[in-house]
Amino acid sequence: MPGLKREDVAHVAKLARLTMSESELDKFTVQLGQVLDHASDMNALDLDGVVATAHPFGLINVVRDDEVRPGLDHDAVMAMAPDAQDGRFAVPRILGEAP
Amino acid sequence: MRNVRDTARDVQNGDASALSVLEESLAQIRRRNEELNVFLHVDEDGARAAANAIDGRIARGENVGALAGVPVALKDNLCQTNIPTTCSSKILEGWRPPYNATVVDRLLAAGAIPVGKTNLDEFAMGSSTENSAFGPTRNPLDTSRVPGGSSGGSAAAVAADMTPLALGSDTGGSIRQPAALCGLIGVKPSYGLVSRYGLIAFASSLDQIGPLTKTVTDAAMALEVIAGHDPLDSTSLPEPSPSLVAHVEDGVAGKRIGVVRELIDGADADVVASVERAVEALKEAGATIIELSVPEFRLGLSAYYLIAPAEASSNLARFDGVRYGLRVDGDDVTSMMEATRTAGFGEEVKRRIMLGTYALSAGYYDAYYGQALKVRTLTIDAFRRAYHQADLLLGATTPSVAFEFGSKTADPMAMYLSDVFTIPSNLSGEPAISVPFGTGEAGLPIGVQLLGPGRSEGQLFAGARVLEIADGRP
Repeated sequence: MPGLKREDVAHVAKLARLTMSESELDKFTVQLGQVLDHASDMNALDLDGVVATAHPFGLINVVRDDEVRPGLDHDAVMAMAPDAQDGRFAVPRILGEAP
Repeated sequence: MRNVRDTARDVQNGDASALSVLEESLAQIRRRNEELNVFLHVDEDGARAAANAIDGRIARGENVGALAGVPVALKDNLCQTNIPTTCSSKILEGWRPPYNATVVDRLLAAGAIPVGKTNLDEFAMGSSTENSAFGPTRNPLDTSRVPGGSSGGSAAAVAADMTPLALGSDTGGSIRQPAALCGLIGVKPSYGLVSRYGLIAFASSLDQIGPLTKTVTDAAMALEVIAGHDPLDSTSLPEPSPSLVAHVEDGVAGKRIGVVRELIDGADADVVASVERAVEALKEAGATIIELSVPEFRLGLSAYYLIAPAEASSNLARFDGVRYGLRVDGDDVTSMMEATRTAGFGEEVKRRIMLGTYALSAGYYDAYYGQALKVRTLTIDAFRRAYHQADLLLGATTPSVAFEFGSKTADPMAMYLSDVFTIPSNLSGEPAISVPFGTGEAGLPIGVQLLGPGRSEGQLFAGARVLEIADGRP
């Protein structure tokens, strides 16, 4: 596995919706690289045929009857929103100006 | 402060009022909270109302439940209706959940009194409580040292006699490690035994809620109350809460206990000496001791520090300034989200989000996350083989006693390595308990750890009780 590069960290920050200063990019490149280097002991293993684990006790496809149940109180939930309008979450504009 | 068992008995019998027990708890919080920074929020009025209600029901002759009048501290990543819940992060400042975590409902139904919310490493990411946006918690046994983490506030609440019971959450050791560093019992239950509904998720496939207490019986009582199937958590095991208190005095006669080299190697000499003395105590109680080596446990750390951040990066995507908590304005929705997350998350949380996002990103998913999930399977298989030879496993909980503030903050990898003994049980989803056994450097407590196969909590409490007695707490 090639070493982690500064531009990789900058790209990941964009994906994660985080703004990084120049010095943070430098620091995280070193620190994340250390963790990934430590994880390289796994790359030496032959894991062909090993099945990945999601739930430790193999619980899958949990279903329930399709019954209508009360949800959280709408007003109580909206009261915690940073901005709301007409009972809906309000956010800054999503689309650019029309061309 | 009286323990859980005696408090519940005295309150139910009318020998003490729930209100008087609560006032004692609140007075101790007032005495020590400023110095120790244990509670982020204390709900004095709500707790008094709950205590009065309990006293009223007892006066009418009702049986109010197994935890009658027991004050309990909640780690601040557990939701309680209308009580500020922050995860020790600025991103949730001001948020009050519109619902109770299932564990909170069950505590209330058993007569317990939630008194407040305790400090943690932000979003439970850390091993010292130094990553809290609201400042570190101090270890009540030595205020120059950390209480451990991430449930450091919950551990400190019990160690400082503020409450006899606290709940924490354990993703890689976050209940057991602070329990060890503060001289308490700490239990990480089998994955799915306790509902995670209302626990703000860090790494959903690893997280479990569990108790921190001063005695083994207290921990068994609390776990019986909070365990059992919950339809609101689809990973919850489909079975009722097991009988645990009844097994506390079962002993270990005839049990095979495997001492695992990888759960001791690298620990300080005083910790190793405590484990060796625990081995002798278990032998004296009639257990057969087997020496084991499980090399896969070492790989567990690598797998954990990819799986946990990967799940965290996904879980924490919900904190985007839209529905709750902090919002920092921006020109459009994306810049608002970026500004909010950049201002709201602390450095360790950003580090793990970045690591997890990288491990899940195109081109690296198979090499890192996919590989880690397979190593997780190897760890589970290794446990299974070990349990062919032994009924329970024994090791240290932590490599050292409580460390000093700042000693590991500059080097994240050093902090991560301090979780090496606790991580395997989270990967396997199996239960483990930390029990105080002897003291080490500077007279500080040492925790030894008993591990067992899935749903073996009863056996773990029995083993822990043997150690508790041998350590002089009959």
